[in-house]
Amino acid sequence: MAGGAASGGASVSSAYASVRGWLLGPSWVTIVIFMLLPVLLMAVYSFLTKEFRGGVIWDFSLAAYDQFFFDRGLFGDEPPKIQWTYIIIYLRSMAQAAGATILCLVIGFPTAYFIATRPEKTRTIWLFLVTIPYWVNLLIRTVSMRFLIRDSGPINEWLIGIGLIDDPIRMINTNFAVQIGLFYSYLPFMVLPIYAAVERYNFALSEAAADLYADRWVTLRYVLLPSVAPGIAAGCILVFVPSLGAFLAPDLLGGAKNFMIGSLVEEQFKGAAGNWPFGAACAMVLLSMVLVAVFFYARAQGRAEG
Amino acid sequence: MKQGRTAKGSDFKRYPGFVQLAVLCLLILYAPLIVVAIYSFNASTSITLWGGFSFRWYYDVFFGPEADVLKEAAWNSIVIAITAATVATAFATSAAMGMLRAGRFRGQRVSFALISLPLMVPEIVTAVATLIFFNSIGFDRGLMTIVVAHTVFCIPFAYLPIAARLEGISGIYEQAALDLYATKWEAFRLVLFPLMAPGILSGFLLAFIISLDDFIITNFVKGAGVETLPTAIYGAIRTGIEPNILAVSTLLLFVSILLVTLSWLIGRMGSNDKPLTE
Repeated sequence: MAGGAASGGASVSSAYASVRGWLLGPSWVTIVIFMLLPVLLMAVYSFLTKEFRGGVIWDFSLAAYDQFFFDRGLFGDEPPKIQWTYIIIYLRSMAQAAGATILCLVIGFPTAYFIATRPEKTRTIWLFLVTIPYWVNLLIRTVSMRFLIRDSGPINEWLIGIGLIDDPIRMINTNFAVQIGLFYSYLPFMVLPIYAAVERYNFALSEAAADLYADRWVTLRYVLLPSVAPGIAAGCILVFVPSLGAFLAPDLLGGAKNFMIGSLVEEQFKGAAGNWPFGAACAMVLLSMVLVAVFFYARAQGRAEG
Repeated sequence: MKQGRTAKGSDFKRYPGFVQLAVLCLLILYAPLIVVAIYSFNASTSITLWGGFSFRWYYDVFFGPEADVLKEAAWNSIVIAITAATVATAFATSAAMGMLRAGRFRGQRVSFALISLPLMVPEIVTAVATLIFFNSIGFDRGLMTIVVAHTVFCIPFAYLPIAARLEGISGIYEQAALDLYATKWEAFRLVLFPLMAPGILSGFLLAFIISLDDFIITNFVKGAGVETLPTAIYGAIRTGIEPNILAVSTLLLFVSILLVTLSWLIGRMGSNDKPLTE
């Protein structure tokens, strides 16, 4: 036994190889049973028949997807037309998520870059300040935003107080509010990965570009951005994916008219009006969209690594 | 235009406007929270008119008409968070050992993908899937279903800081212990565990916060009548934001900030001992 250890180096990290299965087992089993299996079951549910008081009848049916994509009239006997209601909700959610991603990038990139170029001590403080909201309860952050922008909220009161406006600006229950809410919710998700990328960036490259008479914006465009692109891509996916399925921002800031995917899904599982197979189908469509986004992201990252 | 050449020192690093945007970023992140915290001390019953500084809404939270509901919700939240975070941290520690101390193996990437799966699936999808799962096996929704659901998504949050810490610890320590005839368990308990402790504690605290904060998944898998603090707050604001909700929110905000700061300090404390990395 002791002799074998003389090889050192490579063997050090495999001291527990013989019990690997036992070490990984608990996490694997938990996640497979309570995460992977439920998602597969959800896929099955989306092909079942709905039960009227919530729940399902175990009969195979394409009704959920049919309801999602096609409109067959009130009695279901008309020739199918494309059902735009749900498709529009998904398209609007994508647009809102894309908008949030762009806003986060516009503010997040300069912030991440600025933090990464601070001296060690100030950098730590900045980073800490950006990290805190990441861990603060999303519900409370969204409620705070709702409080801030409502008709009789502090922003409107102040604007009226200083005489800039006479009547409160309507911000709550608009698409604009949802957009701001998503941006505000996921901003730290953009800053942190870009920071990590800029921190690893070799500034000698920027210096070399400057020495060769590139002005700083040319350097930014052709030297810095390509180098930190993987961090930017990571930030975009971290903002886009949760924005797409967001529930709190559209629910608390958007009101009933500004439905997003999250609210549509949630509605199917609440009360008697619910339709579980349809809700499962909506969640499946969302999951597929996320998987496509993650797939393209992974492929781009793989290409970047060579 | 060509000022880059003549500029001194690290000026090529600097971009005009970036400072302002960074300050704006912090302002956006903190302004709503600070405003809510300030208004939670408002003496006035009208929520936006300032009526002087007072603790009356905090008093209301603890002794007012909704105090019992809020206390029970808070208690549920704490019990769930402690249970879920403890189990998740134990599993995550074990998984980190399996990933980083058990040599290379086939399926290592799949294993990592599986552990981080809860981070990739949108929360609303996890919520729906978990609800369907518990429903189909006929498991009554209640405290237990919340604990199980939380444990699952806490695993990756606990795993990341623990694995980061373990990666920084050289293998020579447990190897020395094993060479001196320690059993694998002793080598872990007496040598590796103390070295990993800051990472484990940091992972536990993050898992705890994540569990304490969760709303969407809890809202789906909780039974009727079981409330956690976030679901109670959500229920209360459906009818409009009352000042006592601002006070509860500020308290919860404070707890989160305290725990993150703690986790961060503990994480830093460990990383200063450079010798561990050889």
